[in-house]
Amino acid sequence: MAEEEVKLYGTWRSPYSRRVEIALKLKGVQHKYYEEDLTNKSPALLKYNPVHKKIPVLVHGEKVIAESHVILEYIDETWKGYNILPKDPCEKAKARFWARFIDEKCIPALKKACASIAEEREKAVEEACELLQLLEDELKHKKYFGGDCIGLVDIVANFISHWLKVVQEVVGVELLTIKKFPRLCEWSEHFVCHHAVKDCLPPKEKLLAVFHSHYGSATTSKC
Amino acid sequence: MADEVVLLDFWPSPFGMRLRIALAEKGVKYEYKDEDLRNKSPLLLQSNPVHKKIPVLIHNGKPVCESVIALQYIDEVWTNKPLLPSDPYLRSQARFWADFVDKKIYDIGRKTWTTKGDEQEAAKKEFIDCIKLLEVELGDKPFFGGETLGFVDVTLVPFYSWFSVYEKYGNFSIAPECPKFMAWVKRCMEKESVSKSLPDQDKVCGFVAEMRKKLGVE
Repeated sequence: MAEEEVKLYGTWRSPYSRRVEIALKLKGVQHKYYEEDLTNKSPALLKYNPVHKKIPVLVHGEKVIAESHVILEYIDETWKGYNILPKDPCEKAKARFWARFIDEKCIPALKKACASIAEEREKAVEEACELLQLLEDELKHKKYFGGDCIGLVDIVANFISHWLKVVQEVVGVELLTIKKFPRLCEWSEHFVCHHAVKDCLPPKEKLLAVFHSHYGSATTSKC
Repeated sequence: MADEVVLLDFWPSPFGMRLRIALAEKGVKYEYKDEDLRNKSPLLLQSNPVHKKIPVLIHNGKPVCESVIALQYIDEVWTNKPLLPSDPYLRSQARFWADFVDKKIYDIGRKTWTTKGDEQEAAKKEFIDCIKLLEVELGDKPFFGGETLGFVDVTLVPFYSWFSVYEKYGNFSIAPECPKFMAWVKRCMEKESVSKSLPDQDKVCGFVAEMRKKLGVE
């Protein structure tokens, strides 16, 4: 059953799509990748995810799974070997809590801070940094959120390790800095170099170009 | 090895109701603590410092926050009457639909009674559309979980206690548009774990009326 063909529908620039790639790599699962044009969604995507019409979508044989966090748990439960989630129910609940926190609170606040201008920016940056501080505290002295090995929370935090750095450079906003978040920055350095992650990051130059056109040209940028 | 289970909750919360149902289904004895959300207890603030929200399940002193996360925790610790199936694919489908309920039903349901004009009309239509989509997903099964209450059932049915609020302030009727859904609700309410965990619709309506008066809404 686990040997059936695996297909991933995603986009090169989506952190949600890239999370699934990391998980498949950790488990050593080969897959076929289909790049979607979100301005012109393929019939396959619309067939596989009629409810949300979004990527990523994982197709495993006849089975279709949508929503990145649902996909990550499916991958963890289907292919043995590497543990993406802890086995202990309490630790598992904590991992799910922080993953949800990143997706529902952190990322929207970070995006808001990057998109805001003038008077709103200071407040938006302050709010986003309060949330980053919670992650900084949660990391404690661990190498990764998952401990010695990367886990669910690290994978879900991929946005922070790469995309955020690019956006803040483009818009000239100071969010993730070594001065404010030394542990998160160190975590980020380890994470992007991890064997299962380094090939699952969009090229910086390509992302820069996309964000420049999305957010407009950079003002003064110090990072 | 006596388990100490405490549930920090607020009686009209559909998220709290989810955990009440799950604990009742599994026959888990617990201490129920109703929070005053305008004056949150030190225990709540200490147990959920990040969000300061209910429900919080405290198991042998360890807090578990976020209702969908706590539901899975309950299912993993007390393995009788499983809410999630054992097959990974079926589990993923249950999680997908529970996520749909979380993303759509609560927010859109809320909009049906807290907004006006075009926004309210759009919310009402979208709410009915979401319920109809859930009817399709239910199909011919008695419950989303199959023959018995499952993860999606427990996540969804608490919102039924708020239907009279949506209908009263939204000025629409859900039952005529969604008879299959209402039949499913009736089957769920026949289970003691559900009927004892959901407050009367009238009580919830009264609570909202009081709140609106206090806030000076018409």
